[in-house]
Amino acid sequence: MAEFRVCPDSGFYFHKSAESLMKVNAVVGIVALLVAGLLALGVVLTRWQEVHWLPADTFYMVLTAHGINALIFWIIFFEMAVLHFASSTLLRCRIATPKWAWAGFFLMLIGAVMNNVAVFSGASSVMMTSYVPMQAEPHFYLGIILFAVGALIQVFVFFGTLVVAQQEKTYDGSVPLVTFGAITAAIIAVFTIASGAIILIPTFLWSIGYVSHIDAEMYRVIWWGLGHSSQQINVAAHISIWYLVAGVLFGARPMSEKVSRFAFLLYIFFLQLASAHHILVDPGISTEWKIFNTSYAMYLAVLASMIHGLTIPGAIEVAQRGKGYTKGLFEWLRKAPWGNPVWSGVAISVVTFGFIGGITGVVMGTEQINLIIHNTIYVPAHFHATVVTGTTLTFMAITYLLIPVLFRRQLFLPWVAKMQPYVFGGGMTILILFMLGAGTMGVSRRHWDMDFAGAAMAFEYPAIAYTLMAVGAIGGVLGVVGGGMFLAVAVGSLLFGKKLEPSAGILESFAGKPLAASVYNIDKPEVLAMAPKLKEEHHKGFEAPGTFILAMLLLVTFVVYYFINWKYLASVWPLG
Amino acid sequence: MSDQKNNDEEERISGWQSLIDNPFLLLFIGVAMPTVFYIVWGIMEIVNVPVAP
Amino acid sequence: MTSFMPPADRNWWKVPVGRQELIWIAIALVWCIIMFLMMPLWHVYGKQNLSTEAYQTTPAKFGAKVEEMIGKYKVGEEAGLPIVAPPVGSDVYMLGRLWQWYPILKLKKNKEYRLHLSSMDWQHGWSLQPDNINLQIVPGYDMVLKITPDKSGEYSVICNEYCGIGHHTMVGKIYVEE
Repeated sequence: MAEFRVCPDSGFYFHKSAESLMKVNAVVGIVALLVAGLLALGVVLTRWQEVHWLPADTFYMVLTAHGINALIFWIIFFEMAVLHFASSTLLRCRIATPKWAWAGFFLMLIGAVMNNVAVFSGASSVMMTSYVPMQAEPHFYLGIILFAVGALIQVFVFFGTLVVAQQEKTYDGSVPLVTFGAITAAIIAVFTIASGAIILIPTFLWSIGYVSHIDAEMYRVIWWGLGHSSQQINVAAHISIWYLVAGVLFGARPMSEKVSRFAFLLYIFFLQLASAHHILVDPGISTEWKIFNTSYAMYLAVLASMIHGLTIPGAIEVAQRGKGYTKGLFEWLRKAPWGNPVWSGVAISVVTFGFIGGITGVVMGTEQINLIIHNTIYVPAHFHATVVTGTTLTFMAITYLLIPVLFRRQLFLPWVAKMQPYVFGGGMTILILFMLGAGTMGVSRRHWDMDFAGAAMAFEYPAIAYTLMAVGAIGGVLGVVGGGMFLAVAVGSLLFGKKLEPSAGILESFAGKPLAASVYNIDKPEVLAMAPKLKEEHHKGFEAPGTFILAMLLLVTFVVYYFINWKYLASVWPLG
Repeated sequence: MSDQKNNDEEERISGWQSLIDNPFLLLFIGVAMPTVFYIVWGIMEIVNVPVAP
Repeated sequence: MTSFMPPADRNWWKVPVGRQELIWIAIALVWCIIMFLMMPLWHVYGKQNLSTEAYQTTPAKFGAKVEEMIGKYKVGEEAGLPIVAPPVGSDVYMLGRLWQWYPILKLKKNKEYRLHLSSMDWQHGWSLQPDNINLQIVPGYDMVLKITPDKSGEYSVICNEYCGIGHHTMVGKIYVEE
């Protein structure tokens, strides 16, 4: 029976079962994003001190739910769709054990719902980190455990699909670079989930009384193996998508397969060590452990990111120059399709992730500099630059590509989609920059009241800190509007978008059911051939000079900002 | 994958490439590295904190 | 076309890398090494390094030491909290609990003290303002650091690790005198 279809617009092959799994994972992820986005409004409008909307208990509940839905449920559900796409679709292969993948999906769904029920009942406002000995209700932990087990099952289905593709020889040569990036993400996911299991299962047992004590420091170290690495899955996943978009939109080929794959290899080896960023001002851990782990063993994962930062725009520049956009250093960039939200989303994501997320992450992950940053609002500012304008915006951009290709629907409200990356990216960038400033002034994260109302002794932040928080909050509101625009387009397209292919019916389509049976008319896709070879070309100068200038700009910004922070550190009380 | 018969260049595949083309070896290394350097070493650090006099 | 297709060369590792990438990798690697060396160098030449001295303790044990210090060196009271002026160079204690930093310390400028920090209950964040030094305070651990306040004045210690509904009321004080 024919199980495959080919998308006439993109040439991608879809296996019926894999396609359904991609759809349900992506759709549920987007629902989690909707929840997280609504809650974000409560967070920013409370931290904007002049508005100070929610009472303390509601604020902490909302903040807990916002963090978990955004940082765990939204991105990991969506990443499962990315993994199935990078294996089944890109390798033109049937998905291995779809029933197991469905079981994994449902476990994740049950876990996510269970955890949200625990949080919204009000007795589990423990933040995403749920630091012991503060205790949540047992189903808070159980929800995350079930979710993690489900995710692990889907990750192993991904690995299984790689094996099937290899055995059935559905492709020639090595796997595509995008698939290799997805493999990187999947490997990091396995470590992430294992760390989560090691610490959350005993914590769950503690919450129901079977275990009497969980060491708070032990919890912190192992939990961050989950908490930080989960965000490193994002890095690998969204960088893979950047390579994919460069290929799909520009026909760009990696400048060097060797360099790009080696950079991913460095991620596999070293990226996860950065969980130590959270332990730098903790008691009793040695300096050697801190320096080795926080620097990814001599910043080798930072090296990898700097490599991707050159090779992705560089590949696009080479492709654009090949099309004749050769005037000056930047004609290739000016002539990029800025009205296409797939491109503008990825472009904003590359810039904000690199210039803001990357640089602030390395700076605050420096052993001593962490002293002036730990637990200030600088920290959420940093990870909104990585996870929101980095990962989330990239996932939004690829959704605009997936709506016609995967869901076979035309974009609903295309003019809204066209503006969306600018509104969302712009708003979030304002939020991030001003929160970075407030954090530098010592404003605390996870804090209901900048005025310390009810405290026995007074402390006042400088007036400028209030201004920074207020402007940041306005950016946050703009970001929520941008998120709403995305949801309007994405959900609107699934419900009302023009069908590009006969579907199995509106309700079925929304529930992940594939298109009408007649669409699946391919028994076995053609074997995925190796990319055509290029003519040998010899360049006298650089292939991508504009990109090199941009990369040097990044480096200079990085160096200057890095040493400014050392200077700031030198001004605080000597301690040792 | 690296099907030697079809290899026009008749060149030996480099060890690095064999590593990168082997997802399960990478999975092992990718889990072992942080487990040893971050988790196990970290737990040893905590266990070795002396008891207050 | 190739990011989502298998590489054009079966033996892609052997394809030479362009000059531009090699130069960038070399520059980036040098920068990574500089950043790596900055941390050990700061341990040698810098003045702000977190000590790793710490002990396993219990709330009862740590609380007793705090009370002992207060008993010996109490000089006054503010907002219901004792103010303590311990001798220069001595062991100084401060504990975090729901929702206060206890007691208030009075220290001398440019003198070194051995500051002990721990929590009686949940995790707290010791955040010295406006100087902006931030430490994670973990129950069961006595964290010891040598501090040398180098500016006189009134400092606040706020809590910046979420510790429940009264988190925002957790404000402590340190006075530094000439």
